[in-house]
Amino acid sequence: MKIMTCPINGPRPVSEFFYWGALREMPNPDTASDDEWAAYVFNKSGAPGVKKEWWCHTASNTWFIAERDTEKDLVLRTYLYGEGE
Amino acid sequence: MPWRLLRFALSKEHPEPRMFTAHEKLKPSYDAVIIGAGGHGLASAYYLARDHGIKNVAVLEKGYIGGGNTGRNTTIIRSNYLTPEGVQFYDESLRLWQDLSQDFDLNLFYSTRGHFTLAHTDSAIRTSRWRAEVNKHFGIASEVVGPDFIKKAVPQIDISCGGHAPIMGALYHAPGSVARHDAVAWGYGRGADQRGVEIHQQTEVLSIDVQGGKIKGVKTSRGYIATEKVLCAVAGSTPRILKMVEIDSPLYIHPLQAMVSEPVKPWLDPILVSGSLHIYISQSARGELVMGASLDPYEVQSTRSTLDFPEGLSAHMLDMFPFLSNVKVMRQWAGMADMTPDFAPIMGKTPVEGFYLDSGWGTWGFKATPVCGKTMSYTLANDTNHPLITGFTLDRFRNYALTGEKGAASVGH
Ligand SMILES: Cc1cc2nc3c(=O)[nH]c(=O)nc-3n(C[C@H](O)[C@H](O)[C@H](O)COP(=O)(O)OP(=O)(O)OC[C@H]3O[C@@H](n4cnc5c(N)ncnc54)[C@H](O)[C@@H]3O)c2cc1C
Repeated sequence: MKIMTCPINGPRPVSEFFYWGALREMPNPDTASDDEWAAYVFNKSGAPGVKKEWWCHTASNTWFIAERDTEKDLVLRTYLYGEGE
Repeated sequence: MPWRLLRFALSKEHPEPRMFTAHEKLKPSYDAVIIGAGGHGLASAYYLARDHGIKNVAVLEKGYIGGGNTGRNTTIIRSNYLTPEGVQFYDESLRLWQDLSQDFDLNLFYSTRGHFTLAHTDSAIRTSRWRAEVNKHFGIASEVVGPDFIKKAVPQIDISCGGHAPIMGALYHAPGSVARHDAVAWGYGRGADQRGVEIHQQTEVLSIDVQGGKIKGVKTSRGYIATEKVLCAVAGSTPRILKMVEIDSPLYIHPLQAMVSEPVKPWLDPILVSGSLHIYISQSARGELVMGASLDPYEVQSTRSTLDFPEGLSAHMLDMFPFLSNVKVMRQWAGMADMTPDFAPIMGKTPVEGFYLDSGWGTWGFKATPVCGKTMSYTLANDTNHPLITGFTLDRFRNYALTGEKGAASVGH
């Protein structure tokens, strides 16, 4: 069983977690061009790498950031948003 | 046939020619390079040589022929999709499948079984009716049937699914089929090879040479090749190749897993898919039950498999077929599915001149192998998108003109 560490509840089975997708910066909707906005809405960084992602521990509804190697499927770090840097 | 087999016992040398020519070296240049020797790449090479007279072609494969999703899929072939673009496209593919075995002189074990998309909820019945109407409009055999019809086709099924997800009806598609996946790659590969196409296995594309927005060549693990046309048909590796040509896309990769049981006596003729239970099942010619579920829940770019998968899949399978509790699972595996936001593929020309894309085939692209070969070879030969793929181009996202196929493709393959 794969284990993930919730920043609040500690190590839990990965089946208790929900993956939301990469952490992304939203461009300013008032100044972004149509192309920039479409790229933000649809495009993804689909190639492998170490990525920052939103995850949620569903049992406690804790949203947090995971840094994960998406090729090896290894979680390197988890922390609450804004507390990782 | 048995007498022909005797030759193999009596001869010291293997008495059949090899299926593919092994080429010692890459040529310095080709008219076109195809990345990926899966079904799609090989079918494109085959039709390029056969229908368009373009034979100076190299197919580059980092592993072995058919070792990607082509050899990992659960081989469901059907055309009962939801959008007019999808229905017409897959219907053309279904038509091409019919005489492929003849064409290749190779038995593809193409077997028409009938395909049920089971509906356990009112909303699933509603989607089934919608799909049936779109399908009928395009002349495709597709109808909504009730529980009695299903029970008659599959007497072993527990229609109540243990009481908690009773089957209310199904979308029934009589032409639904399965085929031998490896043979499809081999047939297209051999046909291309015989017409002069070079297939290079163990040859990985490492980077792509783009100058002034045009393709100039590719760098491979076995040297540089000059070419002005590249077709990318690498399924789950597409984002890596797109990075080499600096094209952004909505593609994302999740593993899709599958498993087979030990072989048992034939009892299951049709193909069954349940969107609510997230499972599907068919029985292969060898008697194995071929089973799958929905995508893994998060992004991974590798073919690792998990224990959660057979556990979850088996639990749901037992709701439908409690008597399978004694049957053993033999193998499980995974492929990398290249997913799109609207569950339609991404095909055709791209912002880089001479770079053509056949991707976004996610969990549903095996059935499209013949029509992808046809349309991509046309697109590459004429530098114009084939009319059947204009709803699938990359720029549909920029134009907010998506081709919403999710209702028909999410678990259904
Ligand atoms: C478990 C599973 C079940 C499925 N079930 C169905 C189904 O029932 N029905 C259906 O229609 N579809 C199904 N699919 C989807 C289907 O398998 C794929 O869409 C289809 O096979 C894609 O074929 P392809 O030729 O494009 O890609 P592939 O067969 O994956 O071929 C791509 C090739 O490119 C090679 N490659 C990658 N990178 C490089 C590089 N840099 N250089 C050289 N070569 C490279 C790879 O090694 C690979 O051999 C399923 C998929 C999976 C994983």
